[in-house]
Amino acid sequence: MSAKSNRKNPIQILGIILFSAALITFTVALGMSGFKLDKEVLKAQVNNEYQYNFIEPYLDNLGSTEYPNSFKFMAAYAESLHSAQADILKDVETNLGLTTSDGEYWNTILKDDKIKSMKFAVAKASSIGPIREHRNTLAWLSFGLGILGAFLYILPKLRESSGIKNNHIYHSPLHSKGWLGITVGIYLVGFYVLLYFFPEHMVNWVLLVDPISTFLNGGAASQWFLYGFLYTICILVMGVRMIVKYRHNKYQIIRTGSVMFFQTSFAFLIPEIMALLNKPAVDLKNMWPLDYSFFFDYRLDKLTESGGLGLFLLFWGIALFTIGVPFITYFFGKRWYCSWVCGCGGLAETLGDPYRQLSDKRMKAWKIERWMIHSVLVFAVVMTIAVLYSYLPESGSLITKDRFIWTALALLIGATVWIFQQYKKKNGMPKTAFYVAAAVSVALFVIALLNGIVFSSSNVLYLDAYQLRSWYGFGIGAAFSGVVGVGFYPFMGNRVWCRFGCPLAAYLGLVQRFKSRFRITTNGGQCISCGNCSTYCEMGIDVRAYAQRGQDIVRSSCVGCGVCSAVCPRGVLRLENGPEVDERATEERAIHIDLEGVRLLD
Amino acid sequence: MHILIIGNGISGVTAARQIRKLSDHEITIISGEADHFFSRTALMYVFMGHMRFEDTKPYEDDFWAKNRINLVNNYVDEVIPGQKQVRFQDGTTLEYDKLILAVGSKSNKFGWPGQDLDGVHGLYHKQDLEAMERHSEGLKKAVIVGGGLIGIEMAEMFHSRHIPVTFLVREDSFWNMVLPPEESQMVTREILENGIDLRLSTELKEIWGERSGKVKMALASDGDKIECGFVGLTAGVSPNIDFLRFSDIDIDRGILVNQKLQTNQPDIYAIGDCAQLRSPQKDRRPIEAIWYTGRMMGETVAYNICGHEINYDPGIWFNSAKFFDIEYQVYGDVPAMLPENYNTLYWEHPGGKKSIRLNYHKEDGHILGFNLMGVRFRHEVCEKWLAEKTPIETVLQDLKLANFDPEFYRQYEDDVLALYNNMTGSTLHSRQKRKLASVLNFLGRA
Repeated sequence: MSAKSNRKNPIQILGIILFSAALITFTVALGMSGFKLDKEVLKAQVNNEYQYNFIEPYLDNLGSTEYPNSFKFMAAYAESLHSAQADILKDVETNLGLTTSDGEYWNTILKDDKIKSMKFAVAKASSIGPIREHRNTLAWLSFGLGILGAFLYILPKLRESSGIKNNHIYHSPLHSKGWLGITVGIYLVGFYVLLYFFPEHMVNWVLLVDPISTFLNGGAASQWFLYGFLYTICILVMGVRMIVKYRHNKYQIIRTGSVMFFQTSFAFLIPEIMALLNKPAVDLKNMWPLDYSFFFDYRLDKLTESGGLGLFLLFWGIALFTIGVPFITYFFGKRWYCSWVCGCGGLAETLGDPYRQLSDKRMKAWKIERWMIHSVLVFAVVMTIAVLYSYLPESGSLITKDRFIWTALALLIGATVWIFQQYKKKNGMPKTAFYVAAAVSVALFVIALLNGIVFSSSNVLYLDAYQLRSWYGFGIGAAFSGVVGVGFYPFMGNRVWCRFGCPLAAYLGLVQRFKSRFRITTNGGQCISCGNCSTYCEMGIDVRAYAQRGQDIVRSSCVGCGVCSAVCPRGVLRLENGPEVDERATEERAIHIDLEGVRLLD
Repeated sequence: MHILIIGNGISGVTAARQIRKLSDHEITIISGEADHFFSRTALMYVFMGHMRFEDTKPYEDDFWAKNRINLVNNYVDEVIPGQKQVRFQDGTTLEYDKLILAVGSKSNKFGWPGQDLDGVHGLYHKQDLEAMERHSEGLKKAVIVGGGLIGIEMAEMFHSRHIPVTFLVREDSFWNMVLPPEESQMVTREILENGIDLRLSTELKEIWGERSGKVKMALASDGDKIECGFVGLTAGVSPNIDFLRFSDIDIDRGILVNQKLQTNQPDIYAIGDCAQLRSPQKDRRPIEAIWYTGRMMGETVAYNICGHEINYDPGIWFNSAKFFDIEYQVYGDVPAMLPENYNTLYWEHPGGKKSIRLNYHKEDGHILGFNLMGVRFRHEVCEKWLAEKTPIETVLQDLKLANFDPEFYRQYEDDVLALYNNMTGSTLHSRQKRKLASVLNFLGRA
């Protein structure tokens, strides 16, 4: 074994072998079935006698052929359905005599969306062969063996002395963008692309967790159940790894325990149990604007239709970000959410911990970060306002379109002015970015008002709220937070999403930056500029730049993971909450802290 | 005015940065070691794979141009004070109006036979790290000579690569000319627990090489012949001033400077490891080769050059280090041998990896120093207590103000207080909490 890696004992090597075997089994399971159309499921999915009559003639071939893989099957499915679609269109136009201006026309034709949305259920039902026969065996071999292998690798580390053990991180091809890291990155990206955009090609994986889903909520698994299940396992197993690694550090132990708890209960089990009880399945800790669909019509409808519990959940969801965020962040900083509660943060702090050193520390990255994350926040706010605006009634209710838009506008202008003032108080006149952001926001709202009130359109910004939210869902919700956010762990570190894209992190960050008791205290003049803190900051903060000047650190992006303090070899950094941050965070202090000396000349 | 700085370590770079803050003078930094300033103390982490070399650079590469600080990568061969110029290795020259010598140290070699063989190195310069890297490939055994901070760092480095280390230490307990006996014992245990072959009371006699000039064996004072492919010389450092031997600049062990850090030659200053104070403060050594004093000297010289005359004042002593997994901090006066008029209160955790020591005056009982192993204390709080000669009993009752360990860590201030009560029969009670508000309140109090 290379001198530039950590020694592994036989148990750990066995662990690596078992884990690799499990991963291979899991991957291979994806191709371990043929596909033969399940007509009944298709019929149920179409749920339209008229349309199904046109589809049926095409099913002779589709229904009798066994396709070797999901790609061939889905291609045949698409061909058949699109042929039927064309027939239906012809029939609608010629025989029924409907035109595009008839409402009935749109209800009768077979839409592309419908063909697409049926894919997953049809594919899942049509998967036949070994995967069904050996489902439990395969599930054990994938998940059971994988977890066992991981623990066999992780737990023997308890025999080493406790302390910071970062040896060979930059020698490892997994942790320094080597071949192994690139492989893992590609695998993760592939997983997310399938999950968000082509779930019909991952039905075999979903079949593996069906029994677990049935046990928990009484229903079959969706791709989202599979995702939640894997997500929770990753946080739990890698959480154990984090605790083992930092077992000398009580802050890390408690914090990791917290993210493990919130993921397992709030994000995974409670929603499943609520679903079992036929109640709205809600992740009680997820909040707008990270939970960007909170104000979407179907969710509001679901909550308002669910009686007292639904109203409570609606109130809870709103209270979280209107009251919870400002108050708790004031006392503890944004860490209370980002590195103690949040699911994205939980995954980053556990599964992502081995990649934290890969975040970009350059000033340039910080500039890009500020632009991006605040733009996403503006996008999320505008999108939500547009969605709500089109959802609300014109009149006859306490909250009407007009009242809502005026209140939103007043609140936004108020918040912007407040941030301006806070910034000015602490840093002098705001920089360009602030002016531009403010100008853009104001311009957007003037347009919105003109559009909505003067021209009485139901759209804000001339934009279709539905369009806007689907762009957001695709671009931010799926591509950014999922594919890039986790898929890029091995390339850009474990907080790509939290740093560049999360609108909630942006919002929490504004509170932390301007109105919070949280800071990282620098211990006088003890810093030796070694750079461990900056290297291991997952948010790409150049912690050393502050520490070597003796400044306390207040940065909107800091999630308070505490690792800078842990890896510091000289005991320089401490996360703390105290009286509101003063000039200790801005003046250069430590070079010579002896007051009788040099500093008198300033 | 053109200010020339030789050396881009912490002293030279601090001087340059402070001069830039205070003035618009032209600034040039010369270094043959590296293009850009890096943290010397972090070289070990590069070897162990914690960081890349570029991560040791505290400023981005465009920082220097932005701050109008010229960088020259070259070695200076000669300083010619009469002509106000320096001559480089390649014969070219550069003129200055003010010259700052911040040339650092070199590893001590005490004339051991074989000390210049291939595979015998200290650890100070970037080039030393590169040599260690070069020799580590396939290395079966390393011998390290000298029981100081660099020696233990080097042992940890080789240990991370699974290379067996024999560590020759002259003293009978690690670093016991600096650490009090208990702390020295603790570190000694830590070294042994990490599987290092520690040979106490043992010195290097000779190094033998192969015909090719490569090191082959080290002969220890106990007569043992240790076959090895690398010998690390870490028996301290001394000022790197050979190139000044024939200049008119007064040198002794280091470059002699007065309280304003001026040498005997007009417009030439010396700072950092290479400077030797003609009249150091009471209880301080004339040469202190540590990071913090280098930084303070850099700042002091900047003020002096920019027209604010000021004496160098290193303030109250502090330092820190890390020995494998044990962090170490010291504030104030904690000598290895307890002087007659000192009392000491030493508490050690049963696990043997944490300790807190408070030194105080025997007669009037004021606090003299703090020594911490595996526990972090607040610099500012300790310094204030020391500066104000606070009575030990006040310090003990308020000791929680000094705690700087991460949140949720077990606190030991009550144990220290109980120990004191037990020893003296006092009945003191803790009257502060580890709360930032209390700390800031304390620090702000006149």
